[in-house]
Amino acid sequence: MGLFDKFEKIAASKRDLESQCPAFFNVVIQDIISSTEALIGGRKVILAGTNNYLGMPLRRECIQAACKALQEEGTGTTGSRMANGTYASHVDLERDISDFLGKSNTIVFTTGYSANLAMLSTMVGPRDFVLLDADCHASIYDGCRLGGVQVFRFKHNDLDDLEKRLKRLSNQDADVLIVVEGLYSMMGDRASLPGIAALKEEYGAYLLVDEAHSLGVLGETGRGLAQEAGVEDAVDFVVGTFSKSLGSVGGFCSSNHSELEIIRYTSRPYVFTASSSPANIAAAKAALSIIRKEPGLREKLWDNANFLYSRLKAMGFHVGPEASPIIPVRCARIQEAFAMWNALLERGVYVNMVLPPATPDGTALLRCSLSAAHTHSQVESIADAFEAQRPSA
Amino acid sequence: MKADKEVLEKIIGILQPFVSGSVDIVPGMDIETDLAIDSLKSMEILANLEDTFDISIPINVLSEVRTVEDLAVQVQKIIGAEG
Repeated sequence: MGLFDKFEKIAASKRDLESQCPAFFNVVIQDIISSTEALIGGRKVILAGTNNYLGMPLRRECIQAACKALQEEGTGTTGSRMANGTYASHVDLERDISDFLGKSNTIVFTTGYSANLAMLSTMVGPRDFVLLDADCHASIYDGCRLGGVQVFRFKHNDLDDLEKRLKRLSNQDADVLIVVEGLYSMMGDRASLPGIAALKEEYGAYLLVDEAHSLGVLGETGRGLAQEAGVEDAVDFVVGTFSKSLGSVGGFCSSNHSELEIIRYTSRPYVFTASSSPANIAAAKAALSIIRKEPGLREKLWDNANFLYSRLKAMGFHVGPEASPIIPVRCARIQEAFAMWNALLERGVYVNMVLPPATPDGTALLRCSLSAAHTHSQVESIADAFEAQRPSA
Repeated sequence: MKADKEVLEKIIGILQPFVSGSVDIVPGMDIETDLAIDSLKSMEILANLEDTFDISIPINVLSEVRTVEDLAVQVQKIIGAEG
């Protein structure tokens, strides 16, 4: 019995799937041509599956800020935030994020994944309860698992189910943290936040909202779903990432609970990892400044999202429950997803493909994500590529 | 700890619709390998168990459950703790 024998079932499944769609398992971005185009398999394609909602990675201001930090402060910090890895730029960015979100305290983490891992493995423990939406991201589950908190799932966006669970747990002497996401990463739908916030207040629970996909995307000034829903005061903790609308790498948690600061001394994923590189911090700071100055980016993103969603829906595709920059197309069978994914790539459109069990309801998904950087003509090309694949075509 | 017979019977009744074919579920059966119940189905089963027994079952218990009997023992423990 070897160490890797336990993976044989998964390895066999991967071999089988790869034999059916080798290109999917070997996607390499050979060259980035623009914010929305790349070379894949020697073919120039439109990127429609990158989470690059606002086109920040190639913005001149972000590149210049990153280059300046790189030249002045080097390629990496070589240390944890608790040791030599807290630079003035980390503290400065924490202040910027607090100011942007209207919160008193912010901690910057090295990735979005580690932000959730750090918060959920530390803030709650075995004597607390976490009630999380069934569709929450793996980083949320992993954080809970690391800290040993007792985890209860409620049905995705089902307020009755959430209340039923809150009621059952209310007779136990424990703190309850509800965890939801602003925009769900697979189906692109919003959390039912007004109702969740009301239940949170009614049952005296805490609320954490992961705005990974909604920061810069939702809300009047881009603060996320809590802002759009008008319930920011009810949200105890906002978690986010730099790797989507901010076009960098990193993560954060913001809160009006001043006790948040103790997480710096108690959270292993914060203490025992190197801090973000100066270039990543500088790029995120520049991107945040652009988000504040250019609300037109959000408008463009939503124009693109609404257009593609309407087109795909009208074509009869099984799209997600609501228009959003994340637009999933459900396929009844994996083989159908493989065929369509290949055909789209051949027509010069790259989308993500997500296979069960990573999908919420066990179906295969072709997942599009749009950007403010897509031109209208590119979004039309994406729609046209799908149209050529629709069942009746 | 052994599970109460009534609890075990109710659990088998809940599991039955999730098992394909005509399998007679017995307590020693492995839920994943003998009954072919995957992680998606387990979550639905957990919700059914919570409603049937009016209890809260943390998903953490799944790591301690291999057989139908294990599941019944965990449910029994929670009924005891909450009751």
